[in-house]
Amino acid sequence: MTAETRTFPPYRLPGWAWHLALVAAVAAWVLVYRQLSPLAEAMTALLPVARDSHAGEAIAFFLYDVPKVMMLLTLIVFVMGVVRSWFSPEKTRALLSGRREGVGNVMSAGLGILTPFCSCSAVPLFIGFVSAGVPLGVTFSFLIAAPMVNEVALVLLFGLVGWTVALTYLAFGLGIAIVAGFVIGKLRLEGWLQDWVREINAGTAAPPEDDAPTLVGRYKLGIRAVREIVAKVWVWILLGIGIGALIHGYVPEALMARIMGADAWWSVPAAVLIGIPMYTNAAGVIPIVEALLGKGAALGTVLAFMMSVIALSLPEMIILRQVLTLRLIAVFVGVVASGILTVGFLFNAIF
Amino acid sequence: MKNVKVYGPGCARCESTAEMVRQAAEKLGVVVEVEKVSDAKSIAMAGVMSTPGISIDGKLVHAGGLPDAARLEGWLSA
Repeated sequence: MTAETRTFPPYRLPGWAWHLALVAAVAAWVLVYRQLSPLAEAMTALLPVARDSHAGEAIAFFLYDVPKVMMLLTLIVFVMGVVRSWFSPEKTRALLSGRREGVGNVMSAGLGILTPFCSCSAVPLFIGFVSAGVPLGVTFSFLIAAPMVNEVALVLLFGLVGWTVALTYLAFGLGIAIVAGFVIGKLRLEGWLQDWVREINAGTAAPPEDDAPTLVGRYKLGIRAVREIVAKVWVWILLGIGIGALIHGYVPEALMARIMGADAWWSVPAAVLIGIPMYTNAAGVIPIVEALLGKGAALGTVLAFMMSVIALSLPEMIILRQVLTLRLIAVFVGVVASGILTVGFLFNAIF
Repeated sequence: MKNVKVYGPGCARCESTAEMVRQAAEKLGVVVEVEKVSDAKSIAMAGVMSTPGISIDGKLVHAGGLPDAARLEGWLSA
């Protein structure tokens, strides 16, 4: 086999055709996206229900929101898939190793968003980082940011709640990852790792650098990311928006405002506590977020719940138990939970 | 015979990777022994930070995500 055929599967199309197809796809995307609202109205009008009835409200909402969120998700996941092809855990580790706290935490949280990461490899990644001289606090910044600030959560917030909330979530999510990692670093808890983790000298035999993929190869990685992620989350999105549509049409507003509204201060800690044993991804939490918001729950409370579900999960702690002592896990949960509480209270105060 | 190790905690992708290795080997007529390594310590020791990872005769060739089918055949026939 020659080196040439080994780089990537043979392209059926020349590079320029791919670029052209991409431009055409983006143009088509923009055109369709701008017509979504009139299209949804037109389709609702075809159905034998009055537009201003409960059912009409619910159907119009569903027909508009589902394609909108799916289109946004496809675009953003594709873009992130392409961007992530420039990053890898090995490169991130090289960038972070020996980095000082502070700057290191900021870089680490940012790289947490950009580096391809699956929570199933959290433990090998943790060991790989720590044993290559990435400070413990910097490693934690990465491990907090990577699952919490992800494109699925941001797209859903943007599509269903609005861009101000999505941006604020991004900023506060990064903030929590940076500050929590910094605090954990300052506490000097390296001694609280499991003994074998400190002694182990993890192999740094990184796999050979992939022959730098071409731009077309990166497009393909983006398409693969879209297929994988959309296949995983579309059920949740349909379910979430379906529930949202029912609420939109039928449930009187402010039903739960008194229990989960901004005035009930204890609702934020309660949301964080309830969120810990729940384990799901950003898409899975959306039906609940949708339902809570629809019933008049305060935004800060709902976001605190969402962050708690995503960033603090019991199964993940059980996995991390292999490398961290219970004391260290307790500190991790305590620091992150305090951060989420702060964000919840701030949001309730601001919005 | 080639000794192929597939590193991964046992997620769906790791299973598919092991299956891809077997199929590619069969297609190429290469005799392989596929071994699954699921212990976190051993995975880390091998230098794998994102799973699934693949090593062939002790040499790490891939880490993170499903391997590309064409490249996999390249590694197996090398």
